[in-house]
Amino acid sequence: MSIAQHTGAAGFLACYDALKDALPGDPAVRSAAAESFRRLGLPGGTSARRAEAWKYTSLRPVAEMAFMTPTDAGFTVDLTGSTAAFSRFAADPVFGPLPRPDRDPLVALNTMLAEDGAILRVPSGLDAGIVRIDSRGHGTNTFHPRHAIHLDAGAKLTVLETTSGTGTSLYNVVTEITVGPGAHLTHIRLQDASTEGFHFATIYADIAENGTYDSFSLVLGGRIARTEIHARLAGPHAVAHMNGAQLLTGNQHADFSSIVRHDAPSCTSRQTIKNVLNGRSRGVFQGRIEVARDAQKTDGYQMNQALLLSPDAEIDSKPELEIFADDVKCSHGATVGELDAEQLFYLRSRGVPEDAARAILVRAFLTGALDLVTDDAIRSELEQRVDAWWERQAA
Amino acid sequence: MLEIRGLAASIGEKQILQGIDLTVPDGEVHAIMGPNGSGKSTLGYVLSGREDYTVNGGSVLFNGLDLLDMAPEARAAAGVFLAFQAPIELPGVNNANFLRTALNAIRRAHGESELDAVQFLKLARAETKRLAMPDDMLKRNVNVGFSGGEKKRNEVLQMALLRPSLAILDETDSGLDIDALKIVADGVNALRSPTFSALVITHHQRLLDHLVPNRVHVLARGRIIRSGGPELARELEKSGYADVLAEAA
Repeated sequence: MSIAQHTGAAGFLACYDALKDALPGDPAVRSAAAESFRRLGLPGGTSARRAEAWKYTSLRPVAEMAFMTPTDAGFTVDLTGSTAAFSRFAADPVFGPLPRPDRDPLVALNTMLAEDGAILRVPSGLDAGIVRIDSRGHGTNTFHPRHAIHLDAGAKLTVLETTSGTGTSLYNVVTEITVGPGAHLTHIRLQDASTEGFHFATIYADIAENGTYDSFSLVLGGRIARTEIHARLAGPHAVAHMNGAQLLTGNQHADFSSIVRHDAPSCTSRQTIKNVLNGRSRGVFQGRIEVARDAQKTDGYQMNQALLLSPDAEIDSKPELEIFADDVKCSHGATVGELDAEQLFYLRSRGVPEDAARAILVRAFLTGALDLVTDDAIRSELEQRVDAWWERQAA
Repeated sequence: MLEIRGLAASIGEKQILQGIDLTVPDGEVHAIMGPNGSGKSTLGYVLSGREDYTVNGGSVLFNGLDLLDMAPEARAAAGVFLAFQAPIELPGVNNANFLRTALNAIRRAHGESELDAVQFLKLARAETKRLAMPDDMLKRNVNVGFSGGEKKRNEVLQMALLRPSLAILDETDSGLDIDALKIVADGVNALRSPTFSALVITHHQRLLDHLVPNRVHVLARGRIIRSGGPELARELEKSGYADVLAEAA
């Protein structure tokens, strides 16, 4: 279904009004989401007030852009390497309990307009291999995919999500994840969308006892991009890794926000986010660790590092700890720096040309993050994207 | 090989080299000695092209090339090698990859074919063995967690692989025990040929016992104030710089 061009929060709401009778799923959830979106608006757009969660990122450019609603789903699913059960949101339109359209404006927008999405389920004890979800934006289209990944007890799955595209399209995906007891989900995201476009991903993950959610996001694309992960460690000894790297140039703005909630004792959360910022780009990291009163023996770690390749690049870092238990180990840190002149000279004095020397040092900076991707084939794919990004910078 | 004429250089507001004249003929090893702060390390950095120094006088001809006009990597490709006094750590950079990248960059500049990983490792292992370095030094990150002696040996390993025509050794002997000192000296001696020269910056006679120089120069306050044969180093070892400095004043 395609309707006329639309602009701003009002345009999205008009879209909803035109489409609502044809949208799948519970109409009450849709209309509640529309109400929330009407109330929340696009952060930094028409409404003057800005929620703390959007302190460093304004969606005014989104509010000012004219979009089309798409005629296709905007993604394809490759199941050749997997035994996971797959269905489509269009056919099975269930809005799960984790996403919060009442609080998060982009989630309200997605809940209001989502037409399709990939739903993956792995039954208990099964190692279901790897699923690839590829998305491609183009033109001025908008996509609001609604994905869900559910792993039963002891199940295992790797999901590799890639995004590419051209034009000024808007991609606003919401993913709901449940990791059962002792289950293990590896979630790798390679966001290489158009640097003119808008890419937003909101992920909600609930991790049960002894379960692991291991995610890595490589962010290369988007004029404005935001990765927002809400992870809840719901049972003892659950583990969440939310690592990533953002490589930006030109006027790109990428925001990595995470909220980790330790609700059970003896859980572990780990975050290493590295930013390489060229041109006039701006990186944002907001990390919040919440430790409930009963979550004793919590082990939380958060590190945000930025390498500024240009005097006009900027990083904003806001780590937050909110701890109600008394026997916990939580630490966070942030560093910012430029390429080291001595290291650069050392390499050049060995005959390595300046561009190659800079590339070596950028890769070295990213090593500590990329090494956290344990699958050799996937890590090597990410490294190739990093190298290709660098070659675009040098060109 | 190397002809330095009236070389003057500063860093920030501070004038360090005040007019150096020095000729190193093909196949010769020259030692540079002198008190701390006299400009010895600066000379090494300026010859290898470090950009935070400003050259404000003089000329340097290296095998007929105007060295001061060349980028650091071009100087390396032309055959200049500086063994750093304090070798730089490169976290996240594997030593073997670093060495192969450097060697292949120089081979490429010479129009030679690049070495693949297997060819390179064979060559590198032969050199590490000769320098009595443990094999795992190739697998570690460049100079990260290396002891002082290991860092110096890693510099000599780079020199052995890159085969420069002019090696500048900046206090490569400092912090080395007698055995390591001998290994370093042997590493340089192995390169000695009619087309190889070395500038050895040192505080001590010790290294020069194993690496016998053709000439010894004393650098003080940014100038060479005295030159002589190997016996000059022994004289300085015995009586210090005071007499030489007084004589020059």
